[in-house]
Amino acid sequence: MEPIKTIRSRTVVLPLENIDTDQIIPARFLRSTTREGFGRNLFADWRYDASGAPKPDFVLNQPEARGCTILVAGRNFGCGSSREHAPWALTDYGFRAVVSTEFADIFRNNALKNGLVPVLVDEPTSRWLIEHPGAEITIDLETTSLALPEGQRVSFPLEPFARYCLMNGVDELGFLLSKSADIDAYERRRAAV
Amino acid sequence: MNPQPKTMFEKVWAQHEVVPETPDTPAVLYIDLHLIHEVTSPQAFAVLRERGLRVRRTDLTLATMDHSTPTRTEQVFGGAPITIESAAKQIRELERNCAEFGVELLGLQHASRGIVHVIGPELGVTQPGKTVVCGDSHTSTHGAFGALAFGIGSTEVGHVFATQCLLQRKPRTLAVNVSGRLRPGVTAKDLILGIIGKLGVAGGTGHVIEYRGEAIRALDMDERMTICNMSIEAGARAGMVAPDDTTYAYLKGTPRAPKGEAWEAAVERWRQLPTDDGARFDREIDLDASTLEPMITYGTNPGMVIPISGSVPAPNGDPAFAKSLAYMGFDAGTPLRDKPVNVVFIGSCTNSRLSDLRSAARVLRGRKIASGVKMLVVPGSQQVKRAAEAEGLHQIFLDAGAEWRESGCSMCLGMNGDLVPPGQYSVSTSNRNFEGRQGTGARTLLASPLTAAASAVRGRVTDPRELLA
Ligand code: SF4
Repeated sequence: MEPIKTIRSRTVVLPLENIDTDQIIPARFLRSTTREGFGRNLFADWRYDASGAPKPDFVLNQPEARGCTILVAGRNFGCGSSREHAPWALTDYGFRAVVSTEFADIFRNNALKNGLVPVLVDEPTSRWLIEHPGAEITIDLETTSLALPEGQRVSFPLEPFARYCLMNGVDELGFLLSKSADIDAYERRRAAV
Repeated sequence: MNPQPKTMFEKVWAQHEVVPETPDTPAVLYIDLHLIHEVTSPQAFAVLRERGLRVRRTDLTLATMDHSTPTRTEQVFGGAPITIESAAKQIRELERNCAEFGVELLGLQHASRGIVHVIGPELGVTQPGKTVVCGDSHTSTHGAFGALAFGIGSTEVGHVFATQCLLQRKPRTLAVNVSGRLRPGVTAKDLILGIIGKLGVAGGTGHVIEYRGEAIRALDMDERMTICNMSIEAGARAGMVAPDDTTYAYLKGTPRAPKGEAWEAAVERWRQLPTDDGARFDREIDLDASTLEPMITYGTNPGMVIPISGSVPAPNGDPAFAKSLAYMGFDAGTPLRDKPVNVVFIGSCTNSRLSDLRSAARVLRGRKIASGVKMLVVPGSQQVKRAAEAEGLHQIFLDAGAEWRESGCSMCLGMNGDLVPPGQYSVSTSNRNFEGRQGTGARTLLASPLTAAASAVRGRVTDPRELLA
C-alpha cells in the first residue's frame, strides 16, 4: 500500500445519514472475484438511471466533482453489510478519505485496510463542511487534523496502529505473521486445557 | 469471593487474547471458528496465493455457498445451468479454492449446505464461549449461543486464513434488559425490531450487546438467533445471549458437538460463561416485551419501524428521511395497515429456520395467498428443508400458492437473481430494507413470518393476530 501523509482536495458532499454499503455498491456487483473495477459502480443506483445513463442531478455526475478525493457524508456512514467491496469501490473511484460524524464499525475497519481514511468530526465541523461543498480541505495524518480553507484546524481520532500502518504503507498481515511464536504458544496452552 | 465480576463478553475476550492490546497496538485475538462463503472469500484466497501462504487451521475453517446460489431445484440438483454466469463462476471458484487449500466445503448439492449462519448452529460447530467470524455482518447470529461472533471484511478473512487471528480493539459492552413476556402473535422478530427502533441504527456502534432478562430467557434457540442476527442492524458488531439449559438441549446431539465425557466437560466450562452478578456494562437499556405489538418497517433502514397499527411518523427535517419516504412511496401520517403488497418473502438468516416456517404455515394452513401476490418460501438450509417436508409444511405453502425452494440467501439480497421488481412492495422476513436491497427500486417492509404470511393471504399489510384465531 502507498504511504499516506496528507490528503488535500476539494470535497464532494453527500449530506444523507445512514448511507449503507448496499448504496455504496449494490449486491449485484459483488459477483466479481477480484478487488478491481468496482469504482464504476460506486453508488450505482443513485448515479445511473435504469438505462445506465448518468443522472445529472447526482453529485458525482456534476463537473465540480471531478478529481475530488474527499467525500463528506452524513452520520453513520457505511452501515450494513461487511462487504469490503464498499471501500474498494470508493478507492477505485478515487476517494482517499471520507468525513462523517460517525462510521459503522466494520466499514471503518475495512476502510483502514485499504488506504481510505475515515475522518471522524464533530457536529459543527460536519455542518460547516456540508454547507460548503467543494471547500478545499487538508487531512493531515501526522497531526491527525483536518484543516479548513481559512486554516482553522480540527483534530480527529485515529487508532494509533491504524495510523502507523497508513503512514508507512504497512499492511497488518505482516504484523500478525510476526506474532507466529505467540500464536503457537497460545495454541499449545489451549490444547493443554 | 469473586473480586472482579466480569461480563460474559469480557470472559470470552480474555480467553482468546493471544497478545493483549496496548495503547499502540490492538489485541491479537484467536478465532475458534471461521466460516466462509463464495462472495467475500475469493479475494482473501488470492492474498494467500500471492504471498505463498497456507490456511493455518483448516480444521477450524468451514465453507459453504449461499449468497449467489440458485434456489430452483432443477438448477441445484437437476443439472440446469445457472443463468447468471458471474454467480456460477463464484461457485466454481470457491470449489477450486477449497480444494487447493484443503478447506472443508459443504458444496451446492451437499445435504448440510445452507445459509452460513443457519448451518453453523445446526451442525453444532457454533458453541458457547467460542470466537466465531465470517466475512458477513450477520455473523452476530451465532452469539445466541454465548459465542463472541462478528462479521469481518475480506482482508480480515485473509488474516484469519493465514494466522487464525485478528487484530482487534476491545469493544464496549451494552446490556439490553428485556423484562416481561411477548404476547401471542408477537415474535422474536418483533422484539428485535422494537429494540432497533429504540436504539437506532447506530445505537450499538462500538459495542457488543448482551441480551438479558426474563423475556430473553424464555426464548428458544431459533428465536435467540433471530434476536442476535439483527444486532448489526443497531450498529453493534456482536450480540450475545448467555448459554443455559435451552442452549445445551439444542446443541446436544448435533453432529459436531462434543460427545460423551467431552460433552460433560464442555457443559461444565460453558456454565462459567454467563455474566457475573455485579458485573458492569458500559451502557444499559431496558425494554418491556409485554408492551410490544407486531412491528413493521416503513422506511429504508431497520430503525424506521412502527407497531403494525401505527402510522408513518411526521418528517423530522432530515433529508434522508424525506428521501426514504419518497423511495417507499409512503406519506407521513398514513397507516401501513392495508397497504397493498406484491411480494412476500419468508427466508434469510433472520427467519428461515424450522420454527419460522412453522409459524408461517400456521397462518397459511387451509388458506390461499391473495391473487397477484408472489410468495417465496426459502428454507435456511437443506436440513431445515428436509425437516419441513417431513412434517408437510411444504405442502401447506404449495397449496396456498407459494413457491417452495432450495436453501440460500435468495431474495434477502437478490444476488442469485431472486429479485423483487422495481417499485413493488415486499413484506420480507429478512433483515435489511435498504434501498434496492431486494432488487433495484424494490420497496421492502421487514416483519415477522406471521405478519408476512398474513399479508400474503390478504394481499395487504395485515396484523397476523386477525388471522390467528
Ligand atoms: S440471508 Fe441475507 S443477511 Fe443472511 S447471510 Fe444471506 S444475504 Fe446476508
